[in-house]
Amino acid sequence: MAKELIRLSNVVMEFDKERILNSINLYINDSEFLTLLGPSGCGKTTTLRIIGGFLTPTEGNVLFDGERINDVPAYKRQINTVFQRYALFPHLDVYDNIAFGLRIAKLPEDEIDERVTEMLEIVSLKGFENRKVDSLSGGQMQRVAIARALVNRPKVLLLDEPLGALDLRLRKDMQVELKRIQQAMGITFIYVTHDQEEALTMSDTIVVMDKGRIQQIGKPEDIYNEPKNAFVADFIGESNILDGVMLDDYQVKFFGRTFKCVDKGFEKNEPVDVVIRPEDVDIVPADQGHLCGTVTSVTFKGVHYDTIVDFKGFKWLIQTTDFCPEGSYIGIRLNPEDIHIMHKSEYSGMFGDYSSYSSEYDEIADAEVTEDEE
Amino acid sequence: MKNKWLSGPYIAWMLLFTIIPLGVVVYFAFTDSATGSFTLHNISEIADFLPTFLRSIWLSIAATVICLIIGYPVAYYIAHCEPRKQRMLQMLIMLPMCMSFLLRTLAWVALLEDTGIINSALSALGLKTLPLIRNNGAVILGMVYNYLPYMILPLYTVIMKIDPRLIEAAQDLGCNRKQVFSKVTLPLSVPGIVSGITMVFVPAVSTFYISQKLGPSDTVMIGDVIEYQSKKANNMNVGAAMSLVLMILIFICVGIMNRFTNESDEESMVTL
Repeated sequence: MAKELIRLSNVVMEFDKERILNSINLYINDSEFLTLLGPSGCGKTTTLRIIGGFLTPTEGNVLFDGERINDVPAYKRQINTVFQRYALFPHLDVYDNIAFGLRIAKLPEDEIDERVTEMLEIVSLKGFENRKVDSLSGGQMQRVAIARALVNRPKVLLLDEPLGALDLRLRKDMQVELKRIQQAMGITFIYVTHDQEEALTMSDTIVVMDKGRIQQIGKPEDIYNEPKNAFVADFIGESNILDGVMLDDYQVKFFGRTFKCVDKGFEKNEPVDVVIRPEDVDIVPADQGHLCGTVTSVTFKGVHYDTIVDFKGFKWLIQTTDFCPEGSYIGIRLNPEDIHIMHKSEYSGMFGDYSSYSSEYDEIADAEVTEDEE
Repeated sequence: MKNKWLSGPYIAWMLLFTIIPLGVVVYFAFTDSATGSFTLHNISEIADFLPTFLRSIWLSIAATVICLIIGYPVAYYIAHCEPRKQRMLQMLIMLPMCMSFLLRTLAWVALLEDTGIINSALSALGLKTLPLIRNNGAVILGMVYNYLPYMILPLYTVIMKIDPRLIEAAQDLGCNRKQVFSKVTLPLSVPGIVSGITMVFVPAVSTFYISQKLGPSDTVMIGDVIEYQSKKANNMNVGAAMSLVLMILIFICVGIMNRFTNESDEESMVTL
């Protein structure tokens, strides 16, 4: 149904012999809101700059509407960018900043005026035409930057952590605002962020990146519910990640117990990573639990309590609205759909334990030993 | 933290060596040399030197424009070099400033003289010698040579400070290289241009010695006249009046120049 607009095929980027991007394959549909998500240094901004035309990939192709655009300079691409920290022109006022692209395109002045005025309305900055840009607040500068890009009616808008400098409240408002603008104008947005919540809120498609590689591409729900490896599971939301063994289809064993699950297609007795989201765990009295443990810490978070529970030396995070005091002995129940199974990856064992960081590996090892003994 | 005592030494210095001497200049300018009574005679005498004033201004403008034309590309080039090369080039630019002004001017005499290095070389090669010295061109050359660093350095500082993301933003909005320069780089370097012009024009217009050594023998510049009036002719009062008028002229020039920059750019400007 959706038409493909941009494709990156086997894109590799090297700076001084160092690989920043490793064989990136990605296609982006027309009118899609796609987010490149990852920690700093994962290559997401580099990917964006390649699409924008500010970098030429070392290897691979960038296609726009089926045409190779590796060597098309930025100013000839039908792509506009909202830069990190805005990059507004300090020598121009709000109006002239927004009109900049249209004046370069030599549009008639009355059409420029019409479009700038329309844009000012869309970003709710009417009356700010003659303000100097350095007299604006962060949120206002942000909106000028968006207007300056969108007024050119690009096919694609690139946004490089545009909300990073704003406070939480304003960021939430702008997220909604951006999504609204994107849907109203039907433009493809490619959005770079390290904020997983932002990605989940706004995107049609999320591309999770780390170490210059794409870890997973998918809809927000899929990325959250079916993470491909421990990195994705940990980066998107909170996760308890345990070592387990897949006994058979729909049967997984961890902590010495066999649980029913909804995953299949693994090899018999394949060691796997088991993901349990902290909000999926039901707390029950100790005698009714699948597993029992001692509460070691409780933190009030507003909507819920972050409860850390010690199961045989492996600490879980459980998010619950039921208050369980520190030191209490509780049981938990897991439904088959609460358990998500992943293949082992290079990230296995690195994430998903809520013990103190330094003793992480020891405690995982301990858990395995007890499991074998039983 | 504000501590008014920190600026105390400078204020004392200013008072002693700037404000009071200025008062003395004003006093001399409006008093008769013999009687010490108030007179406008000194000022009216300046009318005789009007051609010298105009010539000084004309030569200084020429030198300033040439400095800007040479200086801007150099500053632009240095600002876009890698940091290590930048430091080296910056040092090279400043190197001539470490040598005495008089020595530098005398070196040019040695080069340009009718029997100087260039003409000797030319005649040794059997070519015609050139009239290189004792003309306005030589004066302008001397001024450009001496004041060029004062043009390059403020320009370099301003160009280097331009955020590279603004350049990218301009490219992103459809500017080719020429448009990036004319729409973004050049407007943003205006404060540097104004500083550079001020820092070259002001010392150039009041310069002396250069025209004595390199210029035509019959004409002099205003700085030389002031020097002559004060030292040789022993007419402090006319010299003071000239200094005063020159100062006012410079103030007017700087004032006009500063109108070209917006209020927000004041930080990088030289205000006299």
